[in-house]
Amino acid sequence: MQPIIEFKDVSFSYPNAEQPALKNLSLQIQKGDWVAVIGHNGSGKSTFAKLINYLLIPTSGSITVDGIPVDQEHVYDIRDLVGMVFQNPDNQFVGATVADDVAFGLENRQVPREKMLEIVPDALERVQMNAYAAREPARLSGGQKQRVAIASVLAVEPKVLILDEATSMLDPKGRREMIALVHELKQELGAELTVLSITHDIDEAASADEVVILNDGELMGVDKPEVIFSDAERLRRLGLAVPFAEQLKAKLKARGIKVPETYQTTEGMAEWIWQLHSKM
Amino acid sequence: MSNMILGRYLPGVSWVHRLDARTKFILSMLFIFVIFMANNIYGYLFATAFVALSIIMTGLGFKVFFNGLKPLAMLMLITTFLQLFFMNTGTVLVHWWIFTITTDGVINSVIVFVRFMLIIMFTTILTLTTPPLEVADAMESLMSPLRKIGVPVSELALMVSIALRFVPTLMDEAQSIMNAQRARGVAFNEGGLIQRAKSYVPLLIPLFVNAIKRAIELGDAMEARGYRDGEHRTKFRVLKYTKIDGVAFAAFFIFAIGLFATRFI
Ligand SMILES: Nc1ncnc2c1ncn2[C@@H]1O[C@H](COP(=O)(O)OP(=O)(O)OP(=O)(O)O)[C@@H](O)[C@H]1O
Ligand SMILES: [Mg+2]
Repeated sequence: MQPIIEFKDVSFSYPNAEQPALKNLSLQIQKGDWVAVIGHNGSGKSTFAKLINYLLIPTSGSITVDGIPVDQEHVYDIRDLVGMVFQNPDNQFVGATVADDVAFGLENRQVPREKMLEIVPDALERVQMNAYAAREPARLSGGQKQRVAIASVLAVEPKVLILDEATSMLDPKGRREMIALVHELKQELGAELTVLSITHDIDEAASADEVVILNDGELMGVDKPEVIFSDAERLRRLGLAVPFAEQLKAKLKARGIKVPETYQTTEGMAEWIWQLHSKM
Repeated sequence: MSNMILGRYLPGVSWVHRLDARTKFILSMLFIFVIFMANNIYGYLFATAFVALSIIMTGLGFKVFFNGLKPLAMLMLITTFLQLFFMNTGTVLVHWWIFTITTDGVINSVIVFVRFMLIIMFTTILTLTTPPLEVADAMESLMSPLRKIGVPVSELALMVSIALRFVPTLMDEAQSIMNAQRARGVAFNEGGLIQRAKSYVPLLIPLFVNAIKRAIELGDAMEARGYRDGEHRTKFRVLKYTKIDGVAFAAFFIFAIGLFATRFI
């Protein structure tokens, strides 16, 4: 099957930078997957994301999305395919009101007004923001603004949704709600939507189909989350947080207790401890 | 601060609120010209009555309109005061050194004062009953003929709407930077003029730096959402003339004729 995103030997340097931000990156992302991208600060995650929809232009190498080359000629086709939600809720809210913001992408694509009047409430319905259609951004919480950002992206029906630390400025509740929302949408759209989520949130990354690790502009590996997160040693070496469950496992192991080999979520670990407890 | 820049939109359900922003904009502009037709006391009484009636119809009460005058009070007083000395005809009331105040001078400054008041009061109706964004839309719509001579009207309108949208965001940010600086011992609004101006430097620098950062991110977000240029876009928000706009134009027309008639009393 044709990968939805393909990087072939892509390098990128910012102007005046000594080090390239990405070095010889080759990678394929399969259609319908939920892919988490992790890496320490400055490892090149945002650069990677921006290359996908031609916000940045590779210094060398080539990128395709759904078989279409990412270049000047196809830039607007690519942007129809790839929707992006950024970190700062305020700095991506273009419209004067919620409805206007959702309409922005449609206006750019010259969708007739009658169509917009149907699409906008639909998109807001999907993120449960219908009641706020006439609100200005100043009267919304960060989480609500991010949900509007998702609605704005969904309104143009992209095949790839990129979340660049989209939850990192939200409080824990807002973050959980937003992740749940994206999961829901993903379930609804199934293989029609590929999600690429850049995140520092280990639990979010752990629920992905695949995890991509970047380190100083280089690809360190693509693997299943249970493989990546059970290698505490490597995570530490790459400057990444080790999930709580793994820290616990390491401590238990040091005390000579036999622990599960595979990756466990915090809940999974709690479950395991209960079972262990009842056996004792 | 925002009150001064944007006027203060006060939501409401009056007829005036429901008028198309373009109607209010055009009538405000026309009023500034039409008021000069008044040339006697009846004319000014008639105009005052018309403005008062318009204000009553907004349902907002007179108080907010007088409050709107405050920031301009100084300007009005100075202009009026200067008028006192411009006229040298009529009976001399006071004569001192090179200054002469005559009866005509007094009458003239009263007229200038009243005219000024009426114009401000009437144009305030626009800003009090129309959301800033609609004012921007109205200006875009009215300026659209300029597109033919290459003025990027849609881009300008988008810029204005984004600027309006970021005012509260930047105000919040300024507030939190000020609080952070206060916590570090910076005293705002204390000392002499220069001292005060200086105390704002640690506020303005981070505010500018952040504003530029925001602008770059917003640019990325807009491009990511398929923005290419201003002209080839459809519009989600549209202005619509309704029957009440016709009524408003008719009423204004009658007022203008009436005002012209007062010249012959
Ligand atoms: N506009 C820019 N100009 C020059 N260098 C940049 C620019 N943006 C990022 N860089 C550099 O490129 C490298 C990769 O940055 P990038 O923003 O992709 O990292 P990141 O993984 O997204 O980090 P974070 O987790 O902090 O968001 C960093 O070394 C950074 O300093
Ligand atoms: Mg980043």
